Amino acid sequence: MNQPTSTLPLPPIGPVKRFLLPVFTLAQREIVRFLRQRTRVTGALVQPILFWILFGAGLRGSFKPPEWAASGMTYQEYFFPGVTVMILMFTAIFSTISIIEDRKEGFLQGVLVSPIPRISIVLGKLLGGTILAVLQAVLFIFLGPLLKIVGLAPDFQTGITLASLIPLILFLFLLGFSLTALGYLIAWPMESTQGFHAIMSVFLMPMWLLSGSFFPAAESGWLSWIIRANPLTYGVTGLRRILAPESSLTSAPGNPSMIVCLTVTTLVCIIYVTIAVWMTQRRSTRNAR
Amino acid sequence: MVLPTMPKKVMLSNPKIQETITASRISVAEISHNYGERRALNQLSFEVRPAEIFGLLGPNGGGKTTLFRLLSTLLPLQTGSATIADYDLATQAKQIRNLIGVTFQSPSLDGKLTVQENLKHQAHLYGISGAAMWNRIENALQHLGLTDRKHDLADSLSGGLKRRVEIAKGLLHAPQVLLLDEPSTGLDPGARHDLWKYLKQLQQQDGVTILITTHLMEEAEHCDRLGILHLGELVAVGTPDELRASVGGDCLTIHSENLDMLYEKMTEKFGVAPQIVNHSLRLEHPRGHEFLKDLIDAFPELVSSVSLGKPTLEDVFIHETGHQFWQQEQTL
Repeated sequence: MNQPTSTLPLPPIGPVKRFLLPVFTLAQREIVRFLRQRTRVTGALVQPILFWILFGAGLRGSFKPPEWAASGMTYQEYFFPGVTVMILMFTAIFSTISIIEDRKEGFLQGVLVSPIPRISIVLGKLLGGTILAVLQAVLFIFLGPLLKIVGLAPDFQTGITLASLIPLILFLFLLGFSLTALGYLIAWPMESTQGFHAIMSVFLMPMWLLSGSFFPAAESGWLSWIIRANPLTYGVTGLRRILAPESSLTSAPGNPSMIVCLTVTTLVCIIYVTIAVWMTQRRSTRNAR
Repeated sequence: MVLPTMPKKVMLSNPKIQETITASRISVAEISHNYGERRALNQLSFEVRPAEIFGLLGPNGGGKTTLFRLLSTLLPLQTGSATIADYDLATQAKQIRNLIGVTFQSPSLDGKLTVQENLKHQAHLYGISGAAMWNRIENALQHLGLTDRKHDLADSLSGGLKRRVEIAKGLLHAPQVLLLDEPSTGLDPGARHDLWKYLKQLQQQDGVTILITTHLMEEAEHCDRLGILHLGELVAVGTPDELRASVGGDCLTIHSENLDMLYEKMTEKFGVAPQIVNHSLRLEHPRGHEFLKDLIDAFPELVSSVSLGKPTLEDVFIHETGHQFWQQEQTL
């Protein structure tokens, strides 16, 4: 305990490093934490897969493919992008629940008194959550169809080729980032994880159900309007277009084009992130506890 | 690092010289803070000088933690103003965050990470990386006796060890100003002794200014100067010796079966005004031993026990507030 407090001099830090180093370090922490909590890893992946198998089997007889899809489409095939989005959503949302834990356990205080730009706090959290979400989603996209070997999935082609792999991952990343940002917005003002679960069942699950992931939008009627107004619809449809074999989907009111999907998803993502940064920037009584 | 530009004062290359021309490191002027209806801080003003260990002493609920959170840039200032190293707390939070080190009362550790990982992320938040980072982490681990626990998960550590990691975290970026909220909570006497040795070393060798909150009298003794905080008000400021001297003479604590009668008779006979504190009478007297003799001679039946001593910091607290130090906490 008696050694002098000598330290190596610090090399100067540029503005880029000052901004990015905290982003990467917070993202890395997020991933390490996630991997150390095994139940979270399985929880976010297993439930959607069970949904896919069970609903796939249960609704097989009553499903009629929408007009814009290929005629022989099975329900499980239709549901495939929806389940992928569910995996993205669950992983993204659960990684943002940790904001509430960070606040309770005090870790967040330590981050908030550090000199890093507030946007780095937001981006670090979102990057970590997104990487995890995309990894799980990709895992499902490649392993899900293999369930046909044991008879739990129909024989179908995902249409993923080497050429479409990059767009797929980029789009999953964009959508995952957007969903994580939404989770951040919900978790930041939350006092307890119980509150988050309530939001999950009254807001997030309906949002997912009404995004064309679970059933196709009708041509008209109030339900079709809700589905069209739901930003997640454009995420699900965008993913459906990337996953489907080329030109097997036509554009229809219930099935917007890729360019519309990309624009809406990007805009919504920017809006979420902006609000998240604004919330984090405010010094408030809530931040101190 | 974006070099902070010093307002008002000239920026000098050697921070040590900078310190000598700066009158105070922390300056608090008429700060009040409310939580809804409840007033937590009332018109607080004080100064902390460069390379000084300044203690905020007070029972829990006195407003120490609120003040601590204001100074560590977590809470927004409501009324009043404050500067740390001449930076305005209200508008220059970023510059302040760069030069303060903060140790929270409830450790801000990530329990799912190891001690070393916690320190690594902390270093990154302050822009420290690579060889310089590992050097500092090794140093900090060594100083706080944590080297052989560095691969343990923070959750698996005892309260005292967690606190040491917390302190290591706060020191990693070699802050000029160190804010510590109840740092020795959960530390055993040995570790507490080591902590104070380390803090004094930081103060003397590196010129670090230290603001510390505590509810422990023996810890307050280590501070260069103390502010006594009671119900959100600063009731006294001074060195421990000055504060004790302000009480004057000796302190007597008198227990009796019949407190009220003794009180009446004492005021009648000696013309003194003792305080009634926690079922005993408390009195300051310039010549305590003589008064004690007179008292026993006068009311041998009424006095069941008397203690006499030089004033302690606890006596200072009672003198200033009329309350026993622990009273607030007991009624909570």
